[in-house]
Amino acid sequence: MRRVQEFCNFYKEAALEFTSIDSLQSALRERNYIAEHGLATSLYLTLKLNRPLFLEGEAGVGKTEVAKVIASLLGTDLIRLQCYEGLDVHHAVYEWNYTRQMMHIRFLEASGEKANEAELFGPEFLLRRPLLQAIEQSKVKPPVLLIDELDRSDEEFEAFLLEILSDFQITIPEIGTITTPNPPVVVITSNRTREVHDALKRRCLYYWIDYPSFEKEIEIVQARLPHAPEKLARQVTSFIQKLREMDLYKLPGVAETLDWTTALVALDQKALDPVIVDETLGAVLKYQDDVEKIKGEQTRVILDRIKAETA
Amino acid sequence: MSGRLLHNLLLFGRVLRGLGLDVNPGRMMDLVSALDYIEIGNKADFFYAARTLLVHEREDLELFDEAFELFWRKPAESWGVEWQGLSRRRKSNKPIVMPPPLKDEPPPAENNTDSNSKEPMTVIEVTRTYSDREVLRHKDFAQMSAEESDAVNEMMAHLQWKISERRTRRRRPGKGEMLDLRRTLRRSLRAGGEIFHWSYREPKLKPRPLVIIADISGSMERYTRVLLHFIYGMKAALTQPVEAFVFSTRLTRITRPLQIRDLDLALKNVGELVDDWAGGTRIGESLKYFNFEWGRRMLGRGAVVLIISDGWDRGDVELLDREMARLKRNCHRIIWLNPLLGAADYEPLTRGIQAALPHIDNFLPVHNLASLEDLADRLAELDRR
Repeated sequence: MRRVQEFCNFYKEAALEFTSIDSLQSALRERNYIAEHGLATSLYLTLKLNRPLFLEGEAGVGKTEVAKVIASLLGTDLIRLQCYEGLDVHHAVYEWNYTRQMMHIRFLEASGEKANEAELFGPEFLLRRPLLQAIEQSKVKPPVLLIDELDRSDEEFEAFLLEILSDFQITIPEIGTITTPNPPVVVITSNRTREVHDALKRRCLYYWIDYPSFEKEIEIVQARLPHAPEKLARQVTSFIQKLREMDLYKLPGVAETLDWTTALVALDQKALDPVIVDETLGAVLKYQDDVEKIKGEQTRVILDRIKAETA
Repeated sequence: MSGRLLHNLLLFGRVLRGLGLDVNPGRMMDLVSALDYIEIGNKADFFYAARTLLVHEREDLELFDEAFELFWRKPAESWGVEWQGLSRRRKSNKPIVMPPPLKDEPPPAENNTDSNSKEPMTVIEVTRTYSDREVLRHKDFAQMSAEESDAVNEMMAHLQWKISERRTRRRRPGKGEMLDLRRTLRRSLRAGGEIFHWSYREPKLKPRPLVIIADISGSMERYTRVLLHFIYGMKAALTQPVEAFVFSTRLTRITRPLQIRDLDLALKNVGELVDDWAGGTRIGESLKYFNFEWGRRMLGRGAVVLIISDGWDRGDVELLDREMARLKRNCHRIIWLNPLLGAADYEPLTRGIQAALPHIDNFLPVHNLASLEDLADRLAELDRR
């Protein structure tokens, strides 16, 4: 019990440490996460008001990363639930370990005993899935619960999630109700492949993560890949920024900027040239139509524009 | 907090609601409690706090930003004019143009509002004989008088719409191939732990989403009115999501106005929203816009796409080919409805149709009621892939 108390205090202190949005923003920066002031505000209020944070944005703008950095900042665990169509209670909350139960029945049989139902459906046969884990751990020390790509799940799961988020309480008929006085920090992300229902969004703080400006993106690249040559980093970022102005089916995210820079560093490139761009374009553009559109002439045009701007 | 600030805060909430944002009292309370944690003097902090709490739709962010600017940064006296501009923009600042009237339609009576105008329609429906109806079923929409087309609209409302279902990844107990260990074990316990029956799970079925993209350009003018009725009827009849778009030179989403129960009001709102009635046709451009802006959000989950157009495209044919291919890759079925296909001597030779044809699963006529009934049958028979 004393340990529990200690843990609680630890967590509270960690959360209270941030007395202003600016201090949170710089703490994030220390952990190499460059957040806009708006995102820092949303995060700050998420921690203070104990509300889930709903993050939307194009793929690769760092939504999932937010949950990770918050967990590291609070010194707590990150529990992740990846959503997919058909995700149900048995994969999101709990499931009984049937194979073990069956083995147990056979084992008892062999020694001439009969299986006792209460024993079979006890905690040791329970498989804890992310939502149950998050609630159980919250009793000790609230973790960060990341519900990733909610748009991939279906309406049935959304309705269920709404229920969980309103009272952080799970009832397992065989065991009872599990609840927690201090809920986990919840971060929900969506790529908008489907509209998530208003009722769920209404419960959350909302933030749309946009593509970063050139200055922000350079900062991100330098924070995450400090060994990349500065000239290369600037050229890559500038190239990506120009691609985002173009009529492409899938625009590159920050993740692509980082991937591409990493690839080019691995290839020992100090700067961009038309040949290397065309050869590595697959790290940036994920649709064949888009690659064909840019490859060759467009690559040269963009590189010339970058040269003209830096000259 | 000072009473004045609270007063302004609540007023701001009301203003946002007036602009159509989903701001509820609960959210306003949250904002008030958030102010305990932030420095109110810091405008940026206050701005972002209000934004994260009061907006939960990306489309509303821009409107919020402007409303905030206007409300909190300008002295109250100078609001008036700009404010009107903002609220007008939310709806539409374009001149209001109604769908084109039918040729021999009598001028609308002054107080001919919804409840009155329905009366004569019902009379027609009742008095019409069976053979009259048969004639009407096969009459081309374009050749109908206003009275006839009213009667057809009424008959259309009784069409049964059903789109075949799709297997989802969600499973339920049944006769599938997946073992249901949960039920198997539960049942075995009744027999003292001996397994006599294996239980299985099967995929759950769900109706497919439907996307309708209708051409309202000049060449389609004679069909526009009746097709809007058709789209409205489908949306009302189907339980799954139905998204509707119209285009002539550019694409407009009309899903929201069509959600209204009152058909006349719904069509009136559509009329106000769309500003390129009976214009030129740019199918390729419009489909491209759909693919880029909406495709990813609407075509998942095995959607069926209905395109209604005569294929008279004045735009770039290569573009149309490319965008049709992209659309085809992302949806379950493309059904193209063409009113011209009803004519005996019609051959799909226009460049637009030629470019689109290879990507179409079903190319069907849509010129009379019988053709719509045929469509209803086809939709119910799509496979479950």
